[in-house]
Amino acid sequence: MPSYTLQGATLQDGSVANIVVTDGLIQQVGNDAVGEIVDVAGLVALPGFVDLHTHLREPGFEQSETILTGSRAAALGGFTAVHAMANTVPVQDSAGVVEQVLALGAEAGLVQVQPVGAVTLGLEGKQLAELGAMAQSKAKVRMFSDDGKCVSDALLMRRALTYVKNFDGVIAQHAQEPRLTENSQMNEGALSAELGLGGWPAVAEESIIARDVLLAEATGSRLHICHLSTSGSVDVIRWAKAKGIKVTAEVTPHHLLLTEELARSYDPVYKVNPPLRTSKDVEALREALIDGTIDIIATDHAPHPTEAKDCEWSAAAFGMLGLETAASIAQEVLIVSGKSDWNRLVEVMSSAPAAISGIDGQGQRIEAGAVANIVLIDPKATRSIVDGGASKSNNQPFRGLTLPGRVVHTIYRGEFSVRNSVVTK
Amino acid sequence: MISVADLSREEAIALLDTAAEMAEVNEREIKKLPSLRGKTVVNLFFEDSTRTRNSFEVAAKRLSADVLNFTAKGSSVSKGESLKDTAQTLEAMGADVVVIRHPASGAAQALATRGWIKSAVINAGDGTHEHPTQALLDAYTLRDNLHDNPQGKGLDGISVAIVGDIAHSRVARSNIILLKKLGAKVTLVGPATLIPGGLSAQVDATFFSLDDAIDNGDFDAVMMLRVQLERMNASFFPSEREYAKIWGFNSERHTRLKPGALIMHPGPMNRGLEIDAASADHENSVILQQVSNGVSVRMAVLFHLLAQGETNA
Repeated sequence: MPSYTLQGATLQDGSVANIVVTDGLIQQVGNDAVGEIVDVAGLVALPGFVDLHTHLREPGFEQSETILTGSRAAALGGFTAVHAMANTVPVQDSAGVVEQVLALGAEAGLVQVQPVGAVTLGLEGKQLAELGAMAQSKAKVRMFSDDGKCVSDALLMRRALTYVKNFDGVIAQHAQEPRLTENSQMNEGALSAELGLGGWPAVAEESIIARDVLLAEATGSRLHICHLSTSGSVDVIRWAKAKGIKVTAEVTPHHLLLTEELARSYDPVYKVNPPLRTSKDVEALREALIDGTIDIIATDHAPHPTEAKDCEWSAAAFGMLGLETAASIAQEVLIVSGKSDWNRLVEVMSSAPAAISGIDGQGQRIEAGAVANIVLIDPKATRSIVDGGASKSNNQPFRGLTLPGRVVHTIYRGEFSVRNSVVTK
Repeated sequence: MISVADLSREEAIALLDTAAEMAEVNEREIKKLPSLRGKTVVNLFFEDSTRTRNSFEVAAKRLSADVLNFTAKGSSVSKGESLKDTAQTLEAMGADVVVIRHPASGAAQALATRGWIKSAVINAGDGTHEHPTQALLDAYTLRDNLHDNPQGKGLDGISVAIVGDIAHSRVARSNIILLKKLGAKVTLVGPATLIPGGLSAQVDATFFSLDDAIDNGDFDAVMMLRVQLERMNASFFPSEREYAKIWGFNSERHTRLKPGALIMHPGPMNRGLEIDAASADHENSVILQQVSNGVSVRMAVLFHLLAQGETNA
């Protein structure tokens, strides 16, 4: 692969430099220009984004998304790695299935597709899946999650946390007490009472997080909490971190931007699990992201076909798209708000998620010797969200909004996966 | 007609006034008006509801409309056809108005606003959300009994207690909104497990015991709600006996109401549970008036929607 130079890039610290890329690596960051010159003046160059929570739907739900279409959406969103959640059919609960997902990701070749392993066989919450076999497979799985379902059995959760110490793994918990959320449709509160939709109480999330941080403390293991959605959950995580418990937490872009008020329309494009919460929760989540209580943004990109949303609310599927809008929402919350900076954006979108999952070659600083996983953003651009983008699905909750920033180029292992905002394959 | 919240006070009173005119028609020997001749009303019912469906059917027929009844048990999903497809199929047969009863909250709003069909939509009960025509017929019944000259009037100063499973009741939700809009004082009574705080905040008072409510209230009417036994199995209350003891309406409690206070129930009743037989059959019980007023009110709603050329009033 011939060398090329990204000329005049603004780095995350605000300095301007040329980035020379050779053979998939960053050869130098400085003043030299080698090979083809790509003018990136005015663009911010950041380490490629890493999504810790992506539903690519393949195998099993190819009408919603495939690994290829999801990879395209990811690349357009500035991601160079995504973590494919385990709730496929067959479930990613064996070495064979995770290796298949890995292979399909490599074939698409637009982002690094890192499979997440199921914690329990068939996501049934009864018996541990072969976590060791998945860890030792070609997919080198380190993060395990039954996402979509909670590992609600306390004993099983304790065993899983302890067992993954064998290979420095981490359990990513979808915190939802199942009995407290039977028939739940939206955030529980005055609005759910008014709309007559079954409530999903905050305590159903907070009680599981409280239990699990104590289990993580007792076992000394690593715990990751998926899609934190309430201010009470933030309080529990803050307490746990102060005690030195090894817990990390993620928040989704939609929980940082949207509130339950959207349910008034009964339009199921706003139906998601955990549900959109109140503006008070949104405020707490934003503060926690800025002060470090919440470690990362993860999309929970959850494509669904039209018929799963073109129906009455209670019959509709839970989930929203997120890959192509995440960076803009991160910019809105951290940069446009004036409350944080690009360094924090890099942490929450790239280096911290890479560290949690232990994925190779991702989340590295832009410096000589690093793998050339780079995203270049035009921070001054704004764009109106009109549809679902490259995803095979169209459940776009941000339709009609104008968001800051545009991903101009994404470079995955030295090759452009997106050039001039167009995906290259 | 999706939610009573969409009606202004003036519009609601106008509907009640029209209903009074319709009631006069219902007194005649030939109970028929030509207003909706050539129009087709579809009753699209996804839940068992003989009473509401028949009421709409009689109302439409008295206005000379053609009526098509479509009944499907269970949700549209279990039936294998989506709500959208079912509604579009019926519209293709020439429906001018779709009267929908559906177990999903928001189903009527989805039908009216998502661009699936162009017909006018009347909400005949959506999940645990709203039942607007029930609230209108209850308001009509209150107004008719408590005012000497009801035409043009609201319910200002009238005090109403709604007793029972508020949490799962679309009747309660619609009544809270409409009664407040018409100037009534509303009190909720029931077990704490069945009264969401969000609804308590909309009313004047809430009591967790019917005796406390009666001791502290001065009700012009008491509206009992139907208790569904599956709530007991979901631990909202422990037993029928305990429910009847604390929240059931009976003759003894009746004697402590002010003279002439009305006894109401949207039906069907569980006699011996939320209401005893003596109260249900008492001369102050207006439960059967509610049923006949339902026809007049639904005629008024259909008339306003179709004969006056409005959509989604």
